[in-house]
Amino acid sequence: MAASSPAVALAIEDLACRRGGRPVFAHVSVNLAGGALLALTGRNGSGKTTLLRALALLTPHQAGTIKWQGHDVAEAPEAWRGQLAWLGHVDGLKGDLTLAENLVAAERLRGAGIPSPSRLDAALGAFDLAALAARPARTLSAGQRRRAALARVVLTAAPLWLLDEPTNALDGPAQAALRAALQRHLGTGGIVVAATHAPLDIAGAQTLELGSLERGMA
Amino acid sequence: MSVFAALIARDLRLMRRRPGDVGVVLAFFVMATVLFPLGIGPETNLLARIAAGVLWCAALFAALLSLERLFVTDYDDGALDLLLLAPGPLELAALAKCAAHWIVTGLPLSLLAPILGVSFGLDRTGLVALTCTLLVGTPTLSLIGGLGAALTLGAPRGGALLALLVLPLCVPTLIFGTGAVEAAVLGDGFLTHLAILGAIALLALATTPWAIAAALRQAGE
Repeated sequence: MAASSPAVALAIEDLACRRGGRPVFAHVSVNLAGGALLALTGRNGSGKTTLLRALALLTPHQAGTIKWQGHDVAEAPEAWRGQLAWLGHVDGLKGDLTLAENLVAAERLRGAGIPSPSRLDAALGAFDLAALAARPARTLSAGQRRRAALARVVLTAAPLWLLDEPTNALDGPAQAALRAALQRHLGTGGIVVAATHAPLDIAGAQTLELGSLERGMA
Repeated sequence: MSVFAALIARDLRLMRRRPGDVGVVLAFFVMATVLFPLGIGPETNLLARIAAGVLWCAALFAALLSLERLFVTDYDDGALDLLLLAPGPLELAALAKCAAHWIVTGLPLSLLAPILGVSFGLDRTGLVALTCTLLVGTPTLSLIGGLGAALTLGAPRGGALLALLVLPLCVPTLIFGTGAVEAAVLGDGFLTHLAILGAIALLALATTPWAIAAALRQAGE
């Protein structure tokens, strides 16, 4: 599939990043169409998180371009940020707010207004969190917090999900819930880029192994 | 603008859940100022003479005490990434953080100061001048302090560094704040001083949000 084809929603072209003066990865090229999941694999320190942060424009990249629907995202970073849902390696929850308040606050910070109760319930229900909604986030376990952060991602309704180790601290049923949420998102034409050690078990997932410089994938 | 309101609402709600954090700052302000009359003794003239300087310095130190936490909690729990990724301008978010800080420290400090001023024997005009200058001057402290807090993000022992960065920048505010109270006590008008304080606040308002946003982006890299 040519890079200029309209079916390609996210095109990463010849991307290179340095951290602390050291090259982390270079010549990374990936094309993703709607409904595609890209799993970033590789050893610790191979640059999975750096690539995710570079995609979100949180970390500057030294070479290459990131194109969303044919346009360089660096030209309109605010519009680009509106397309993203972010799950970092820390959960981004405020310990003193309840789980539901955390989700509402995060959604309002995205400029999306207060989510309707039905959307909030759907996001909480996707990770079986309805019973915990009124609990302060600091009283939750690591796995529960991770599920809450994933519910925040589901709530955004953003087309591109950037997930850093989404399966961290998740038990079996929660991993199944994550798989179901990913499949629903991909089914509606969404795109997922996930840094992961554990296989996500999604049919048709693409894999990009980082750590060996000078590798690319089309 | 909705992001601005959302962030202020979130921060105020967080502070309401932890009233102790604000309580400690106000208690420090009261303790620090009350020590002066106790240490110097009942020399009303001397106390009235130093009242403005002591109260202004104590307010500055009290504000500093709470500034260290301004961005560190967001930095530690990952909420800073969400701020950086919010579609709206980061400058507005930086301004919202400083505004929330002022509402819970600068504003109560300004309202508490005249009560403490009584223990220094300040007369009525002095008390009015003190409250007015603090109300106009403390937003500057929150803005400059916000810049210091953003610049020291991720630095070990950021608190000491923050004080070193922020205190020199607050000197003009301190000089005109105390100058206004002295002018009022001597019977001159303090409106000139107040206007200059307002100008400094506007200058801080027009510059610091951009600098804070740049520092936050740097910290997020």
